[in-house]
Amino acid sequence: MEVLMGSYIIRRLLMMIPIIFGILLITFLIKALIPTDAVTALFSGTVTEDKAAEAIAQIRAKYDLDKPWYQQFVIYVGNVLQGDLGESIRTRQPVMDEIGYRYVNTLILTAAALFIAILVGLVTGIISAYYKDTWLDVTSMSVGMMGISMPAFFFGFVLIFIFSVQLRWLPVIGRGNFESLILPAVTLGFIEAAALSRITRSSMLDVLSREYIRAARAKGLSETFILFKHALPNALLSILTIIGLQIGNLLGGAFIIEVIFGWHGIGELAVKAIQWRDFTITQAVILISAGTYVLINLVVDVLYTWVDPRVRYD
Amino acid sequence: MTALLEIKNLQTEFKTEDGIVRAVDDVTLSVRAGEVLGLVGESGSGKTVTALSILRLIEKPGAIVGGSIRFDGRDVLALAEKDLTELRGDRISMIFQQPKVCLNPVLTVGQQIAEVFLRHRSMEKKDALDQSVELLRSVGIPSPETKVSAYPHELSGGQAQRVMIAIALALTPRILIADEPTTALDVTIQAQIIELLRKLCETTDTALIIVTHDLGVIAEIADRVAVMYAGQIVEEASVEELFDTPQHPYTVGLMQSMPTLGDRRQRLNMIPGSVPRPFHMPVGCRFSPRCRARVEHGLEKCLTDPPALTGETRKLRCWLEGKE
Repeated sequence: MEVLMGSYIIRRLLMMIPIIFGILLITFLIKALIPTDAVTALFSGTVTEDKAAEAIAQIRAKYDLDKPWYQQFVIYVGNVLQGDLGESIRTRQPVMDEIGYRYVNTLILTAAALFIAILVGLVTGIISAYYKDTWLDVTSMSVGMMGISMPAFFFGFVLIFIFSVQLRWLPVIGRGNFESLILPAVTLGFIEAAALSRITRSSMLDVLSREYIRAARAKGLSETFILFKHALPNALLSILTIIGLQIGNLLGGAFIIEVIFGWHGIGELAVKAIQWRDFTITQAVILISAGTYVLINLVVDVLYTWVDPRVRYD
Repeated sequence: MTALLEIKNLQTEFKTEDGIVRAVDDVTLSVRAGEVLGLVGESGSGKTVTALSILRLIEKPGAIVGGSIRFDGRDVLALAEKDLTELRGDRISMIFQQPKVCLNPVLTVGQQIAEVFLRHRSMEKKDALDQSVELLRSVGIPSPETKVSAYPHELSGGQAQRVMIAIALALTPRILIADEPTTALDVTIQAQIIELLRKLCETTDTALIIVTHDLGVIAEIADRVAVMYAGQIVEEASVEELFDTPQHPYTVGLMQSMPTLGDRRQRLNMIPGSVPRPFHMPVGCRFSPRCRARVEHGLEKCLTDPPALTGETRKLRCWLEGKE
């Protein structure tokens, strides 16, 4: 069994190569269609174009920007394979130095938000399902609906207003410590918790109507035991799928939240890089996000085998 | 001998969008220790709802609205939730029609047997699992040591029902309720399961309530039979009496609709018409619109007045009683 699982994981890891290659190719194509680049962005408004023409040409040549896009692509892929993500045209620093610690920050924020989303989403979803159509259910689902409908940035501002401006409990802007993690993590986490709560509720309702739940009751098991030992593990199958998709949402959502809360993650960097037309950074962010996303999906698929004995990969 | 289980005037209803459906109407039944009671009827006759009502397993929008259920001197309908769960699976247990969907797909066979020991007997986990292996052996599961860690999807339908029986009889209950235990199984397996139930209940002196539409199963195993029609019991008798001299026209119809071996030329007799729909119950006897005997006797009373269930050991709900 373990051997089968091992070879499955290796096969899935190998499948990541064409996926990521494809993503890079598409972003390079899009880049080729955009009429401006980091060099023009760098000089725009500072000097007239004819004066700077020579300098621009020099820099373009240095970063291979004068070559056709497919040549740039080949050079880039070659560099990436050697572990070199290139140099930022704006800051003239290796992208790796900048991205490394920011990636860790984003992962911390995403993990904290995911933890909140799962905790809040599962608890409210289970309560709603068990107390279906009571005021508990209606309240929790209404609050959840608000969570789903509200844009993350707005919710973020509301939290900042209450906890930072009015109550002065938490910092407005990030300093990289635990206190400054709370607000962005709660903002991201609550929005995702809302969706998770609805899925948990409907999934639990489905499971609770199954025959094996009635059979479990006929055995004299307590309602709590049935809920957590018999119903939840079955409901987890569909919940897990949603969690996998939500991690993608969280990574994407983190982009906006990081900007609002000044959290130094790759999202904040990506937004800057786009303003600078600094494609080396953008490209690296896309590469890392895509890789993370594919890896998380693999983890979710492996978790399925652990949650559901009927799922086997061979 | 006093009855172990006494159901009196049980009424169970379901709220639907079109109104209230009374699935079980005025059912009175009793079960003595160690006896096998067959509850027979067509689908929709209320026999499963009656069975589920005994353990109060009726779920919303259904509810028991009238009557009483006494088990071993205790009023089941008045029990607190906690006392009720102590009864379930320990003193009274139940098996169902579709064994494969009654086992939890994410728990092993062993876990699902062991949990009744853990719940009702505060046993050590290891001992409970050892007991589970023994139980699997006693219900005839091959290589129980390995099957104990199997998941339900790895079992056949027959094996799954054997596991359900093992769970139900783990704590030697006083009563086992078996709701169509063989309907979902292959014909060859059906006889084995019935034989297993009969043998196990006999050795542990467990009373068995077997709910079925299959008169063959009743003939095989039951001591006494209650025939249900449209939510009511229409006839109750010992199995010999019922098969030798069925009295209710509905029972007679049921017997005649059974195929007999070696008689190929004769067409099966069907009962004309169909089971009355919940919102169109006949005013008088519920069977009257389909009753040939009523037409033969030309009895008008059947259409206007509902008959009551009368008799001591042999009971009948029919105005034609005694008229030949």
